[in-house]
Amino acid sequence: MKTFRWSIPLAIFVVLVAFLWIGLGRDPREVPSPLIGKPAPAFRLVKLHAPNETLSASDLKGKVWLLNVWASWCVSCREEHPLLVQLAKANIVPVYGLNYKDDPQAGRDWLVKNGDPYTASIVDRDGRVGIDYGVYGVPETFLIDKSGTIRYKQIGPITPQALQEKILPLVRELQQ
Amino acid sequence: MIRTLIAAALLLIASLVWAGKMEPAQSAGGALDARLKKLETELRCLVCQNQTLADSNADLAEDLRREVRELAVSGKSDDEIRGYLVARYGDFVLYNPPVKPTTWLLWFGPFALAVGGAGLWWVILRRRAKMATSTPPDSSDAQARGRELLNNDAE
Repeated sequence: MKTFRWSIPLAIFVVLVAFLWIGLGRDPREVPSPLIGKPAPAFRLVKLHAPNETLSASDLKGKVWLLNVWASWCVSCREEHPLLVQLAKANIVPVYGLNYKDDPQAGRDWLVKNGDPYTASIVDRDGRVGIDYGVYGVPETFLIDKSGTIRYKQIGPITPQALQEKILPLVRELQQ
Repeated sequence: MIRTLIAAALLLIASLVWAGKMEPAQSAGGALDARLKKLETELRCLVCQNQTLADSNADLAEDLRREVRELAVSGKSDDEIRGYLVARYGDFVLYNPPVKPTTWLLWFGPFALAVGGAGLWWVILRRRAKMATSTPPDSSDAQARGRELLNNDAE
């Protein structure tokens, strides 16, 4: 009975500490997207490098692809960009760019300077497609499967760890 | 003299034109503005997370306000507008999260804690009261032994 008495507060304390500890390790900026497991929102936007051509989400049905939201004004995009260039070279999965709320010329210049990993970039000048995808912090990256369903979302720059441990294994699985 | 007067008049006119420009753009629907204002104070800006959509100057907040206004103008109800944002950004955009299994702990946790605490308090009080009222053991053995010890000490 005696041991039982102090074990209750201790248990409550341990649970509380566990919750707080997990909370400390989480990034409040990473809001889980309600879009995972849902069809990728439809869009039809002009291409950055071919303003006469458009690309729509349904054009990419049957493919596993990444949609990377980027902008020339976005500082953290520079951080992840070399990784995307490398990924594009490895030719594992096509990366499409959503040039978000950017001046198209500034966007093109930025790609000349930093390398262009995108199969195609599309222009979302007023950010409406961004809103449909729940974009709130650039860069963001979506992994979309053959049926056009969003399977994964990376908020903020892709880290080498996220690429190796989460994105690439999922890509391989979805490509089968 | 006349020149000065003309110059002064021109300046006056110019200042009036300027003041006219500074006037905030009056929108047609005051009721719509009031409705949007109320709705926007219930929505969270995702960039500056502790500000409402109404308070935030972030780029995204501006876009979302535009979107909310367009939806309202097109005749969508407040609930439909909230649903539109929740579908894209999750319940996090709502300052007033809905009651559902994943938020039960959030909504009812504090009450459960209060009830549990009150229950515990009551149990402890009752136990104490019991201890206080229960007569101490009047074992004459113990008292005799105590007296004996005191006497020994006195010797």
